[in-house]
Order: sequence, then C-alpha cells, then structure tokens
Amino acid sequence: MKTFHPAPTALVGVGLLLGSGSALAATTLTIGTVNNGDMIRMQALAKTYTEQHPDVELKWVVLEENTLRQRLTTDISTGGGQFDVMTIGAYEAPMWGRKNWLMPLEKFTPTYAVDDLMPNVRKQLSVEGKLFALPFYSEGSITYYRTDLFAAKGLKMPDEPTWEQVRGFAEKLHDPSKSVYGICLRGKAGWGENMALVSTVVNTYGGRWFDEQWKPQLTTPEWTQAVNFYVDLLGKFGPPGPSSNGFNENLTLFNAGKCAMWVDASVAGAFVTDKSQSQVPDKVGFAKAPRAVTPKGSSWLWTWALAVPSSSKQQQAAFDFIQWATSKEYGALVAKKYGISAMPPGTRLSTYANAEYMKATPFARVTQEAIQTANPDSPTLKAVPYTGVQFATIPEFQAIGTLVGKGISGALASGAKADAELKSLNSQVERTMKRAGYIK
Amino acid sequence: MSEVARESRRAGRLTASPAILLLLVWMIVPLAMTLYFSTQNYVLLDPDNRSFAGLENFSYFLSSDSFLNSLWVTLKLVGSVLAITVVLGVLISVLVDAQFPGQGVVRMMLISPFFIMPTVSALVWKNLLMNPVSGLFAWLFQLVGLTPINWFSDWPLLSVVTIVSWEWLPFAILIFVTSLQSMDQEQKEAAQMDGATPVSVFRYLTLPHLARPIAVVVMVEAIFLLNIFAEIFTTTSGGPGDATTNVPYLVYTQALLEFDVGTASAGGLVAVVLANVVAAVLLKVFGKSLTQA
Repeated sequence: MKTFHPAPTALVGVGLLLGSGSALAATTLTIGTVNNGDMIRMQALAKTYTEQHPDVELKWVVLEENTLRQRLTTDISTGGGQFDVMTIGAYEAPMWGRKNWLMPLEKFTPTYAVDDLMPNVRKQLSVEGKLFALPFYSEGSITYYRTDLFAAKGLKMPDEPTWEQVRGFAEKLHDPSKSVYGICLRGKAGWGENMALVSTVVNTYGGRWFDEQWKPQLTTPEWTQAVNFYVDLLGKFGPPGPSSNGFNENLTLFNAGKCAMWVDASVAGAFVTDKSQSQVPDKVGFAKAPRAVTPKGSSWLWTWALAVPSSSKQQQAAFDFIQWATSKEYGALVAKKYGISAMPPGTRLSTYANAEYMKATPFARVTQEAIQTANPDSPTLKAVPYTGVQFATIPEFQAIGTLVGKGISGALASGAKADAELKSLNSQVERTMKRAGYIK
Repeated sequence: MSEVARESRRAGRLTASPAILLLLVWMIVPLAMTLYFSTQNYVLLDPDNRSFAGLENFSYFLSSDSFLNSLWVTLKLVGSVLAITVVLGVLISVLVDAQFPGQGVVRMMLISPFFIMPTVSALVWKNLLMNPVSGLFAWLFQLVGLTPINWFSDWPLLSVVTIVSWEWLPFAILIFVTSLQSMDQEQKEAAQMDGATPVSVFRYLTLPHLARPIAVVVMVEAIFLLNIFAEIFTTTSGGPGDATTNVPYLVYTQALLEFDVGTASAGGLVAVVLANVVAAVLLKVFGKSLTQA
C-alpha cells in the first residue's frame, strides 16, 4: 500500500484528536454490573487492579437489576458482544453455560484456590461440574429480629424458629399505634422479589413448583396452605400496604425501627448493623429462616457472579479480571478499606474459617448455615425435575415467576383467601408450560 | 383550479416530500420489524428454538386473562383522567380568569406541574405524599386521629389516576386560560346588564366558547394517556395483581420481564390498532367541532 488514501489518514487524525488519552491501554474491558453496594465498591477498588495491569482499561456499565438483566439478556441472546464481563445471577449462569454462551472457566491462576469456594454456591454456577461464573457474593435468607422489643415482652427467639412461632411473636409485637409492625416481608411482585420469599415458604410447607412431569403444583394443599399463611400473616401483622414493599422498602422500614421481625437476604446484615444507616444497629438479633414441615428449601440461595460471555474478544483478559474480583486478595482489600465485616459474604470457606471475621460479624454464622443448608440440586421435600431453591433453572421461569408474583401480590392486597387466585395462576402457568412443550 | 394554483400546490408537495418520506421510513421500518417478529416463536432466553408461529402469538395474547383486564384498565384510566382534567380544568380556568392580585403567580404555579418529568412526579407522590408510613397524607390523617390510607394497595388505580390527572391538569388549564382571553367581553357585559347570573353566563357564553379547546384537550390527552407507562412503572409496577396493568405495561411485561419477543410484538400491534380505533372515534365525535368555524 504505497498509494496515499486521504480518507483513512484523516480518520486517524480525528481518532487521535478524540482519543481519550488511553493510548497505552491495549485492552478495554466492558463490565456490565448491578448497582448494589458491593459492586459499587468493586468499581472503586478496581483502581488497584488497573495499577497492577497498566495495559488494561475498565469501562463500567452500572445499572439497576431489572434493566441490567434486560441489557445483558438481549446482548447475549442476539450475540451482540458488547460486554466482556457480565454480572449475572444463579438463575442465568447454568442456563447460559448450557447454551455455550459463557466461557467455561478452567485453568485458574495458582493462587485462586477454586476449592475454597462454598460447595453449594459452586453447584449453583456449574453445569455438570463445570464452572461458568465466579461468585462475587452469596446470600441465604435469614430472620432478623429486634432484641430490645423481644426482651421488653419477655420473648425469646429460638435459633431455628418455625413459621407458627414467628406468627405468635408477630401477633404479640404488632403495635401500629407506635408504628411498630410485627413482621416485614416482601410483598412486591417479581420473581426475584416476593417469589423468592414465597417459594421458600412453599418449600418448607413441603410444596414444589413442578412435579417430575413438569406439571405446575400451585393448586396442591401445600401451596394453598403456604400462600394463605403468608397472606394472612403479612396482612394482619405487617406494615400498611405490604404489596408494594420489596427488599429495599423493607430495609428502610427495618432501619427506621418499624419492624419487629424481618425475613430476608443475609446480605442485609451488614446494612442493619451499620450505624450510618440504621437507627437500631445494636438491637438486631439473627436466627435461621423460619421453617414448617421440612427444613429443606426453607432458606433461599442466591449468588451474584461474574462471567465472561463467549462473544467477548478478550476472554483471557476478562477471565483474569474476574478471578481478581472474586479472589481472597480482593476480600482482604475490602477488609482493609471498609472493615472486616464488609468482606464479600457467602462465597469462600476461608472467610468463615477466619476467627477475626466471625467475631466481628454477628450474622456470619447464620449466613454460613443458611448457605450450607440450601442445596440447589435437591431443593425440595418431594423430588423435582429442576435445580434451584427459590426458582427453577429453566428459561420459562422468569415469565412464570413474574406472573405468579403479580397474582400473589394481588391476593395480598385484597387480603382474601388465595385459593381461587392460585387456581387461575396454575392454569396460566400450565398454558406457558404447554406452549414451551414441557407438557402435552 | 387555475394554472398558477396548481403549480404552487405541486411545488408545495415537492418541497414537503422529503420530510414526509423520512417520517414514513421512520415509521415503516420498526412497524415492519414488529410485524415480522409477531409471527415468530421467539423467546430471548431460548433463541435457538426460533420458528414460524403464524397467528399463534396473537391468539395467545388475546386469549390471556391479562389482556381483557388491561384493556379495561386502559379505558378506565384514560376516561377518568380525561373527565377530571376537563371538568377541573374548565372550573379552575374560569376562576383564575377573573382579575385578582397575584394572578400571574397563581397561573404560573398552576402550569408548573406540567414541566416535571413523569417519573419524578410519580416518585414524589409515591414516597413523599402517599406512603402509608412516612408520607405527608399519612401524617395529616394521624393528626386528626384517622388511620392512614394504603393508597397503592387499596386504591391502586385511583392513585395512578390522581397522579396522572395532577400532571395533565396544567395542560388543560393552559389551553382553557388562553382561549378564555379571546372571549368577547362586550357580549359578556351586555348579558350581565340584561341581568344574566354568573351561572347562566358560564352556561350560555363561556362553555360554548370553550367547545373547541375542550375538543383539542380531549384529542391530545387521549393520545398521550393511552401510552401511560412511567407513572405505573415507578409506583405500582402494574400491581397489585394486575389492577394497574394497562396495555402498554402488559406489552412491557412480556417483552422485557418475560423476554417473549413474539407475543410482545403481537401485543404491540394490538395496541397500535386500539390507539387508531380510539383516535378514529374521537375524530368522529370531536372532529366536527374542530373543523366548524
């Protein structure tokens, strides 16, 4: 090419003018992540990584959970290739891995200690023993309660409460005139909002989403009993308007001292004990998630993980970054900067073997037990054809969970018995499953 | 028609055609894509199983329980907001039409809600005013010893209607106030001298004068209100149950919460047809008063 082409040269000139001064960066990694506290922290700490790797530049796309899921799903399923690192949940990881949309993760750096990952968490992110994403943090569901209110009424929360006991406590502690409500639970519709909790209630009452032939089970006595119990408990002893409360709304209520009890994600332990945002940081007790007929599936298991899509052009560099962000060193970095209790919870055995962490973190033991009891491969009392504790790892579940979540939040708002609603939901779920070809 | 007039019309068409063409392309391409997707079995979470579905998506969408409900919700929402904004708009406009000190400021305040983004005003209503625990209304209720209302769980659609009406009332007032300023004052004075009461002045002079602006407000608002989304998304997310799921929100649910592109496209087309039906009906009813001088 000896001839002079004016156009490309001109373009190069413009490129130089517009260049962001990152002439050194050989690789730019685009990272799609969710706007949770821990991820925002990762963004801040990533400076350490880029100092060690001057040839890597990180571009962050930080979005709210639903929006992120929309962006990532459309990108990966249409082969868009906009992202090098994706923050995905335990629901997507095995499904996308099975479709070969994600890079299988092998050949770890020697210091990564992959066997240090919690077995159940690892299961959640693997297909047939092959890892497709690395856990950033994990959560189970646990019971939060106000030690001062319990003491004032002479009540004692057992380590492993039953739902009936919880109902009894809620009844005694419910005092709307003082703006203290017996129990706060998720009521906001969504497969990751109210259905996370409702599924665990159904599980512990012995229910399941589908039987072995994929027939939806929403009309079974277990479902009816569990949903009616939940609607009654939250309607009678919950805050006003519970059908619009999700995780964040309940956290606000609990931190403002308005909930005597709250069953939700263990990750909230760090927030309710944080003096800068909670008004009751030293008055919180922790117990296991309530159970009924069976402990199986009484606590949910959710993991936020980092994965590398197959469509990325820089898989190796991306793989290196996600190993750093889920490593022991990263945990130590968080501990140094934000305090030891702020370490990413639920992912590594070594975190829970660390005496200092266990001493400084009052909810550590409960979190660890919640994660150890939630087995995604055998989530329910009766056998099921799916994996996952509070969700089924099939592509149709997102639609089904959304639909059922809406119906149950409607039942909660109306305060009536949910039998008729469950019947209608069951036929709608059947419709979806027939259309997808699971049942004839 | 004279030669000159024909010439100038041709020139007019010629000069306008690029813009019209651009608009056409702008509309046709997405519409064609939607039409194509609506005939496909296409779920984003399972894109490998893509196949031709014929009209199955349409029958699936139209036969779902949610569809009829969303249609009903849409009509209730549009109808009530129209009624509220027109009636209150006319009354308030007549009120601020009279001379009084501070009139300019009051008018400015009346118009201002229109400049607030829908998402923002919905959030303000949801968290600062209607929240049953920490909202202003709850506090006022408690002051006088009443139990606060759970707006969004007990009266979901009413709450959404309230918010949307508050947003659109300024638009109605803006149109009505400007049109009242063009009212014939001499006629009004003559009527008053003949002993007409304020009520009959309003009934026989003001209302007929406002007929056209009312038609404009109804037409414009109806087109926008059929697509209300942000207020529902930020306050109730279509719930509880599907008490506040209108047609646009239902389509959103299928496209972006269930990732069912086929059904969502079919639903989108159904929504387009609906909007056109409503517009045609409105034109029939109100169009006359717009064209009659």
